[in-house]
Amino acid sequence: MASAAIQPKIRVRDLSVSYSTEVIQQGVSFDVREGSIFAVMGASGSGKSTILRAMTGLLRPSAGSVCFGDLDYWSSSDARREQIGRSFGVLFQGGALWSSMTAAENVALPLQMFTKLAAPAITALVQLKLSLVGLQTGRDGLPSTLSGGMRQRVGLARALALDPQILFLDEPSAGLDPTSSKRFDDLIRDLRDGFGATIVMVSHELPSLLDICDDGVFLDADRKTATAHGAPAALRDHSADPVVHAFMTRAIPSALIVAPTGDPNGGA
Amino acid sequence: MGEPPSGRGWVAQVRDGEVLLVLSQNWTETEFDPAELAPMLTLLEQGHWKSIRFDSSRMGRLGSSLLAFLDSIRSTALRQHIGFDEAGLPDSTRHMMRLLPTSSPAAAPPQPVSLLERIGLRVIASGGEWFAATRLLGQILLRSGAALRGQANLRKVDVLACLSEAGAGALPVVALVNFLVGGIIAFVGSVELRRFGADIYIANLVGVAEVRELAPIMTAIVMSGRTGSAYAAQIATMQGTDELDALRVIGISPDDYLVLPRVAALSIMMPLLNLYAAAIGIFGGFCVAILMLNLSPAVFVAHLEDAVTIPEVLFGVVKSLAFGAWVAISSCRIGLRAGRSASDVGRAATTASVTGIVGVILIDAVFAVCANALGL
Repeated sequence: MASAAIQPKIRVRDLSVSYSTEVIQQGVSFDVREGSIFAVMGASGSGKSTILRAMTGLLRPSAGSVCFGDLDYWSSSDARREQIGRSFGVLFQGGALWSSMTAAENVALPLQMFTKLAAPAITALVQLKLSLVGLQTGRDGLPSTLSGGMRQRVGLARALALDPQILFLDEPSAGLDPTSSKRFDDLIRDLRDGFGATIVMVSHELPSLLDICDDGVFLDADRKTATAHGAPAALRDHSADPVVHAFMTRAIPSALIVAPTGDPNGGA
Repeated sequence: MGEPPSGRGWVAQVRDGEVLLVLSQNWTETEFDPAELAPMLTLLEQGHWKSIRFDSSRMGRLGSSLLAFLDSIRSTALRQHIGFDEAGLPDSTRHMMRLLPTSSPAAAPPQPVSLLERIGLRVIASGGEWFAATRLLGQILLRSGAALRGQANLRKVDVLACLSEAGAGALPVVALVNFLVGGIIAFVGSVELRRFGADIYIANLVGVAEVRELAPIMTAIVMSGRTGSAYAAQIATMQGTDELDALRVIGISPDDYLVLPRVAALSIMMPLLNLYAAAIGIFGGFCVAILMLNLSPAVFVAHLEDAVTIPEVLFGVVKSLAFGAWVAISSCRIGLRAGRSASDVGRAATTASVTGIVGVILIDAVFAVCANALGL
């Protein structure tokens, strides 16, 4: 019942998002294949998280559509949208755990609200999810007693609570050290391989992007639209766009350097 | 052994000292029931098996319920020294099984705390709390001296914002409450006074009651609910978002930067609000006396001048000052010691307004006793 089967295939067309009058991104189109790990890339402030909010139902786009299979999300009824939402798992930046509940209670809440499972079953599943994400200690601690990496793991376990078909991850490895970040990446890939979930992740962490994502879209902060499509590794090697190339290689292209006064190329 | 067990989505087959678990159907999480899987574990525990194998050729979608099932089978098998042969499982399932630790973490049982111990801990904690609150009070007194000399870490704009919030912002609600209370006192009082033909003394009653007691108390209660709880919630929220630590680390004491402007604002504004409240309250009584009890305005004012003396007014003002300082310091202290979760912020706000109101009434009682002893 809970995860009313939707097709875990996402089609985004001409999506525009804005906060009141400020346009964040416009005319963004991309497809997310079933079972892929899809990256939404871009510099800080380019609107990656905002696009994710439009895909997860938190922000109504000002134009365009988000379709799951044949189902247009934003033109569905409220009840239908809520139902679609249950087949999502979302990991928010920093975990966004409910601060007055323990780690285990955080994971248990979706199961208690949306399934008719008995208490022992919920306990067993909560322990299973926390083991899956590698949280061995601190399960009965409040989020404030957990480290950043542990909170991130609990957030992922909570996102996995209802066996989602689509997993949205907002900056999953932000604030983690390189080793933890690598382990977290491996975990994300394992979850995709194991559960066959489709994963959409927002990130500007190059190593993660190159390592685990097999497709993606690049959002340009200045042009306010998608400027490149493809796997991060392919974009790094083949993109002709200077901004994309700079992002993927950490090189600052000469065209983007503000020239000192007196330089013949420096004029507006 | 009887018939090999089976359940929804699985059948166990027994052959040559081996168990073969045939899995079928989809394993969706929503139908998970650990009790239904118990016969399988009993089977493993009771026999002397060499190994357990799996047949998943007819299995549908993988879900967490299957993982939980396999995990408990694996730990039972490990305990019973039965070989766990995962070759018959799909790749994805084997993959997920590898993520699960083979030994579950041992949960430390919570230590029960006896009633006596709990009482003791509470007493010790409240002792520490009194100490901390007193320290804060002393600190604020010392720092306000420094602030007057311009040596404290606080910004004028913060003090002004606090003053405006606690002063001008509170005018409407203080006016409403005191106008009504003044009117009610006049109305109820007149019923009794009229029985003695003394209803021209209504001005004395309203005037003295408002100036000495009602205006200070009602204003302090309103401000405790309105401003005290806001202070506690603001500071508690800053605690949760590490803003206090950010202040401390660059050498700004939260006592100076956050508590001092608030204590100053309420200590200054409460007496002023009290005067305003007393005036509005007397006006409320005046309206009732004129409009409903048919007293002449001149008589009312004459009696009022007679009854309300400067010492009475000053007594109310001094009390208000104490109330304002109490509400601000207790609320800030409650905010500073609050926990970091969302419910801690709510609890801090509630505790602050309750502590403020109860404290104001206790302080008022102390003032009443002192005034009586001094013959004021």
